[in-house]
Amino acid sequence: MSEQAAYRPGELEAEAQAADNRSRWMLALPAVVIITLAAAGPLMVMVVYSFLTPGDYGNVVWKFSLEGWMNTLVQRDIFDDTLIWADAHLSIFWRSFSLSLITTVLTLIFGVPTAWFIATQPPGKREFWLFLITVPFWTNLLVRTIAIQELLRSEGVINLVLLKLGIIDAPIQMMFTNFAIGFGMTYVYLPLMVLPVYAAVDKLDFRLVEAAHDLYAGRWTAFRRVILPLIKPGIIAGSILVFIPSLGAYVTPRVLGGGKNLMFGNLIELQFGQGRNWPLGAALSLMLMAAVMIALMWYVRVTSREQSDG
Amino acid sequence: MIEIDKVTKTFGAGDVAFTALRDVSVTIRENEFFTLLGPSGCGKTTLLRLIAGFEPPTIGAIRLSGRDITRLPPNQRPVNTVFQNYALFPHMSVAGNIAFGLEMLGKPKDEIAKTVDEMLRLVRMEELKHRKTSEISGGQQQRVALARALAPHPEVLLLDEPLSALDLKLRKEMQIELKRLQSETGITFVFVTHDQEEALTMSDRIAVMSGGRILQIGNPREIYERPSERFVANFIGASNFLNGQLSAGSVTLEAGGTFTVEPPQGVADGKVSVLIRPEHVTVAGTGTDGAALTATVENVVYSGEATVAHLKLKTGEAIKARASNLPGASGLLETGVQVGVSVAPGAVTVLVD
Repeated sequence: MSEQAAYRPGELEAEAQAADNRSRWMLALPAVVIITLAAAGPLMVMVVYSFLTPGDYGNVVWKFSLEGWMNTLVQRDIFDDTLIWADAHLSIFWRSFSLSLITTVLTLIFGVPTAWFIATQPPGKREFWLFLITVPFWTNLLVRTIAIQELLRSEGVINLVLLKLGIIDAPIQMMFTNFAIGFGMTYVYLPLMVLPVYAAVDKLDFRLVEAAHDLYAGRWTAFRRVILPLIKPGIIAGSILVFIPSLGAYVTPRVLGGGKNLMFGNLIELQFGQGRNWPLGAALSLMLMAAVMIALMWYVRVTSREQSDG
Repeated sequence: MIEIDKVTKTFGAGDVAFTALRDVSVTIRENEFFTLLGPSGCGKTTLLRLIAGFEPPTIGAIRLSGRDITRLPPNQRPVNTVFQNYALFPHMSVAGNIAFGLEMLGKPKDEIAKTVDEMLRLVRMEELKHRKTSEISGGQQQRVALARALAPHPEVLLLDEPLSALDLKLRKEMQIELKRLQSETGITFVFVTHDQEEALTMSDRIAVMSGGRILQIGNPREIYERPSERFVANFIGASNFLNGQLSAGSVTLEAGGTFTVEPPQGVADGKVSVLIRPEHVTVAGTGTDGAALTATVENVVYSGEATVAHLKLKTGEAIKARASNLPGASGLLETGVQVGVSVAPGAVTVLVD
């Protein structure tokens, strides 16, 4: 009896809670192990490699060097050894950034109305449209990108049709341009915008839109003041899902942009392949990661500040 | 003020077509508290949405102060709505919600701020001005929805069952509050409800609806005491329906007793149905002397303020008698006892069947 009295209030609950916590951790353990091994491990390897010296045939030599990091932004002039900006790298950074931004904006322009259309269909039809959105995922990205090439190239479908119709006299050069990359990436990433925006529109209470109209808002104002703020979480999620993989895109710029129009991902690949400069490749990868994180933090901060306004 | 002119509304087409309103005509007067009353699916909310402009009528016209607004979109009508579930903007504060309509009308900033404060005072919500709408209770949300709809000072305020989500006590409070707001603002209120007591308490006039039609329009007293049809009588309050014979301005019930009545237009002499409200029926006491009718006590239900006796007349028809409980009253009637039943003069209403 005295033993029972020794329990302090809340002790049993605390114990049960702790046990509950432990069992939930056990459930998450396999995933935690995989993430640690597959993400944190290689990341550490990259950090280390970025501070080493490149070997003659790829790989690295275990000798500390800042050359890898220096080479991301500057390069030594071959004649007088002075440091000059690595123009080639800077133009690639700029192309990656601007093309990713354009891709995000284009997927927003095309994706939001599409998501709206699907979400306002009767429930039975919605599933059909969502199913159509996922169809492209069934085929390998590389195959789809090569198919786009068939559309765009000089003897491709678009040029042939335009020539036959007499709209143009000579084929338009579309392959290996920034246009081709932007076109391809917009197509590839469009579903990643449509799906989160659809989820947000699906949750939208349409009576709020009626309330806005009732309170003298026209269609555009109702969209800007009521619909847009309420589906913003979906738009943020979609933008992140499109912008980040776009920055590091590899296959699409490689196939549609050719050897001249490199993007960040291709530049990194080059260092581990023909370039034989692994430390530079590792430094570039880490740089990309940092850029993505900064962009993300800025984006989330700006959008959440707007949201708290009245 | 508002004229609904022969309006029909059909949703869908072909086999799935559903007619929500059938040839409805009604005129709502200025400064009136007008209630659309009926069971769910009777078309009352559809009629409200037509006035707000959310749906166009299939046939017919709607006029506001003489102007045809049938084709006007909702944002161009001087009409505001209090929605059933309030539909407050969750991403705006209480003040932001109330200011919305004024901002849309392009009012100057200082005037908006002044009106918002005025509205907050009117609905007694000053302290919660900067709260998010998700952080306030249902009753408070209700008040914000009211303030938001009243702020642009519309010509007409539409209220779609605004009290149905509140608990009984709060509902009673808000009923009084709504009446006060209506008289203070002088705005025409069109109120939709399925609660007959609410309708009787608050309205200047009531339109009773069923199956997409308006059955009767009148003030609460007319609707309660002189319902035109069996449906109206049955829907509003408790009722006794008895059979009788009408001839030359008086009705002789099959169960006995002759009563002077004012038969409604279009009812010819002959067999009729009549309504007698339970509170107009008195149990005269055991025995049958002096009373027009005799009945057997079937069941007696005590409900605090009143007692209802369920009786069976000699014709087999059921009749209820309702009496207020007085202090120190003796015990209840026993079941199976024969009693005399009297009906108050003027309490018999002939129904159009």
